[in-house]
Amino acid sequence: MAPTGRRRWRSTIATVLLLLPAGAWYALMLLAPLVILVVFSFGDRAPEGGYLPALTFANYQELPTRSTAFFNALWMATGGTLLCLVVGFPLAYYLATRAGSKRTLLLVLVVVPFWTSFLIRTYAWLTILGNKGIPALLDSLGFGHVVLLNTPFAVMLGIVYNYLPLMVFPLYVSLERLDKRLIEASKDLGAGRWATFRQVTLPLSSAGLLSGVILVFIPIMGEYIIPAMLGGGKVFFIGNALVDLFLQSRNWPFGSAVAIVLILVILVAVTVYLWLGSRGRGTREVSLL
Amino acid sequence: MSGGSAPPPRPAVDGAGRWIDRLFSAHAIALYLFLYVPISLVVLFSFNAGDRTGELRGLSLRWYERALDDPFATGALANSLIVGAWTAVLATTMGTLAALALQRTPKAVRAVFDAITYVAIIIPGIVIGIATLIFFVNLFAWINPQLAAVWAVAGLSGPPKIGTGLHTIVAAHVLFTMAIVTVLVRARLAGMDRSLTEASFDLFATPFRTFVEVTLPQLRPAIIAGALLSFTFSFDDYVIASFVAGPGKPTLPMYIFSSIRRGITPEINAIATMVLTMTAMLLVVVGLIYRRSLRATAAQRAAERLDAEEGAP
Repeated sequence: MAPTGRRRWRSTIATVLLLLPAGAWYALMLLAPLVILVVFSFGDRAPEGGYLPALTFANYQELPTRSTAFFNALWMATGGTLLCLVVGFPLAYYLATRAGSKRTLLLVLVVVPFWTSFLIRTYAWLTILGNKGIPALLDSLGFGHVVLLNTPFAVMLGIVYNYLPLMVFPLYVSLERLDKRLIEASKDLGAGRWATFRQVTLPLSSAGLLSGVILVFIPIMGEYIIPAMLGGGKVFFIGNALVDLFLQSRNWPFGSAVAIVLILVILVAVTVYLWLGSRGRGTREVSLL
Repeated sequence: MSGGSAPPPRPAVDGAGRWIDRLFSAHAIALYLFLYVPISLVVLFSFNAGDRTGELRGLSLRWYERALDDPFATGALANSLIVGAWTAVLATTMGTLAALALQRTPKAVRAVFDAITYVAIIIPGIVIGIATLIFFVNLFAWINPQLAAVWAVAGLSGPPKIGTGLHTIVAAHVLFTMAIVTVLVRARLAGMDRSLTEASFDLFATPFRTFVEVTLPQLRPAIIAGALLSFTFSFDDYVIASFVAGPGKPTLPMYIFSSIRRGITPEINAIATMVLTMTAMLLVVVGLIYRRSLRATAAQRAAERLDAEEGAP
């Protein structure tokens, strides 16, 4: 069954043909635009909006004018990720320690909201946090007039609500795979609950923890809908700045510079993730020796 | 989602352990309420007889009638269904073909392609929106004068002007859903039994017939899951569509978003409830397909084991 030259040749052509549609799609609509984005970011804004060829750093020098959007996105993505982690870890642990059929049901119940429309899930909070919702309730209870909508609190709530399932899945998977005998061994050896958690459970679920953190952090960095709907223009993210720059003021060169900074932040996050992942694997192998 | 029998939870021996167990349960219950109460309220207010979301004044179906009579709402729904269906078909086809090809490429090609696939998945929608917008603006700026020149040479009047529309939304959605399909199908290929393919070749089946009768049935769950995921992501997307949608052709999320901006009425709740119901039905279908394929695989395994036992002595 040694493949003849002609057969190998035909097989190569088949492979190329199979790969071509997807490859062309990525090249034209993802890679080329990313290159164009870099080129645009050094250009000028055309008088009627759009791009005018130039080589200037003006767009990058102008970046500090949008620093609020950057810092809002950055601290809310960090805070939101940590909140999801703190709230989601006990739930993932609870799920991983349930018995068979009950666990499947509970897990499906976490999955379902994740599958429903993002827009509708965010909209749900609009009524709850709006003046007729919780504030009216608090007012009638004598707490005075409280504003919840269009505040950082509302945006943070929307973030945790929408992204919690994405944190719980990977945590659950790694906790479920965790060898429960190790926890029992730790307890038998006299370690307390906290020590067992810190020295056994947490390190052994670190892979899921890392995936959860990156899965949640990156989309929040690029979030647009939640700040637009629950922040009411008062809590501004990079995504909102980009929509404004590309669709309203049509300042594409400056918009490109802002987009490139967003991409760089994400690249840094992914690099840290990969680095921590490879380091974690190393130490685990060492500790097994 | 393994339904396998898990080790029973460690019995709480002491009082503190029982308390911690209760705390975990209470936390879980609170989180489930947190996840479901807001959606339930959306559904509840869709049946409101009053004019405002937030004040329930009796139950009625009037907002459903209003939504279904609203040509803008039904038009947007039709647009979303068209975009979702095309996205699912194109993404599933191209993603599956790429996954099949990646099995036989040199390692370097595969590494590069995998990296691009992950970039397409992880990159925020807003960046995909910008990237595809840039691509289309450049493409149209180049292609429209060409078409005009060809038309002038041919002596025709009124050259076509290609612009944004539903097709550009499909193109942008395919970009990241295709990547998801590739990942799903590749995972399935990795777990596939190669001996069946080899057996098929040994029995002198052509590569095409082997693909159709051996490989494809085994890939089916992954392909169906990929198609439904692609449809759902496309149907749900607001950000990307808002960048590359054509004038006067909004998708349903775009319609919902702009209605919310104009003012909240229970009509939005009615539309939302219908969308939720549709998604729930889709989920049930996926669940059934998956369970059936799992059972089929289990039955096949059992049959194989039986065959092996009979052949053994």
